[in-house]
Amino acid sequence: MNPFFTLLARDIRLASRSGGSAFLALSFFALVATLVPLGVGADLRLLARVGGGVLWVGAVLAALLSLDRLFQGDFEDGSLDLIALSPLPLELTALAKMLAHWLSTGAALTLLSPLLALLFNLTPAATLTLFLSLLLGTPAVSAVGAIGASLTLSLKRGGLILPLIILPLLSPAVIFGAGAVSLTLDRLAPGGALGLLAAFSAGAVLLSPFAAAASVRLNLGG
Amino acid sequence: MITSLTAERLACARGDRKLFENLSFRVRAGQALAVEGANGSGKTSLLRLIAGFLSPAAGRLIVQDARGESDDAEERGKKIGWLGHHDGLKPQLTVQEQLTFWAALYRGTVNADALAQVGLARQADLPCRYLSAGQKRRLALARLLVSSRPLWLLDEPFAALDTAGQALVAQLMARHCGQGGIIIAATHDPLGLGNESLKL
Repeated sequence: MNPFFTLLARDIRLASRSGGSAFLALSFFALVATLVPLGVGADLRLLARVGGGVLWVGAVLAALLSLDRLFQGDFEDGSLDLIALSPLPLELTALAKMLAHWLSTGAALTLLSPLLALLFNLTPAATLTLFLSLLLGTPAVSAVGAIGASLTLSLKRGGLILPLIILPLLSPAVIFGAGAVSLTLDRLAPGGALGLLAAFSAGAVLLSPFAAAASVRLNLGG
Repeated sequence: MITSLTAERLACARGDRKLFENLSFRVRAGQALAVEGANGSGKTSLLRLIAGFLSPAAGRLIVQDARGESDDAEERGKKIGWLGHHDGLKPQLTVQEQLTFWAALYRGTVNADALAQVGLARQADLPCRYLSAGQKRRLALARLLVSSRPLWLLDEPFAALDTAGQALVAQLMARHCGQGGIIIAATHDPLGLGNESLKL
């Protein structure tokens, strides 16, 4: 198997083993989505109105939970040195780790979202838009998150600084993602918002491996 | 295969502190070099410098092989087998899973008896969290074998190992040198290879 897929498969395996991040992210997402309607009350119109935003913020925070360990685990136990000396360029290493993170959190959250949309009384059309927006937008969360994770990988409590770095950068994803759901609720076409979201995601996924690799290189020399 | 590794007036600084300067040495194929020195004298930094993780404050590192000379750190990194201070093992994965992963990542040969050579054949299906420090070290050695790289950089290769394990390391090192490999090891113990040593 080629080194890229080898690393991808290993990271997914680590995320899905006991103590892995995949289950944690899913249960966090489900809990947030369950608690908000309990707090807001049974006003179905209000719930539908805030549903897109709440689910988007919940998805971003759930994905964030495991982001700080993206490089840190491998850095602390010495694996990152060995990965850096392997035939796989660091840019592709970063891409493989981002992809593994997305598959084990972002993609899983996306699949779960239609179920949680029921709690917010979202219409079928709005649920479909939510699903599409998460599918298009969560790769950006993993990609931008990888930059933040690479910058904080040698910090002992990097997980605390990480959200401060990446949440502001992720605001476009939340705005377009939740906006697309609102547009659908207002019976307007969400295509524009989804298009901008896809563009943001594509840009983030294309550029972040280079930024993350550069930052990992600096940290290995530190 | 590498013909030789040469350091020319190498200097290394961490922050404002100079660890060493004017360091020159040459190691030829089949030779080993022991790097000795007190704690904090820069042994690990020298290994990280050779691996290309750190860049030298001054001087050059030249690898000579059949295709000529090169001082490119990236290219040098692809020839290096690394046994670091940390073992680089995941507690959740089994011994066999780790070895298969690293062999595939390094495009090495999944050598069926690598585990037997380091005395871990019976632990193949055991998750690494159940291994002792010495057993983890042995697994790290097995990884070094399957990575099939000519230039070994070893940081305290004897650490955590029992007497049999230390003899195993000595035997693996002797075999690597015998096959024309190069070893640079930071160590407090003699390598027992009739090697030169470098005092930092």
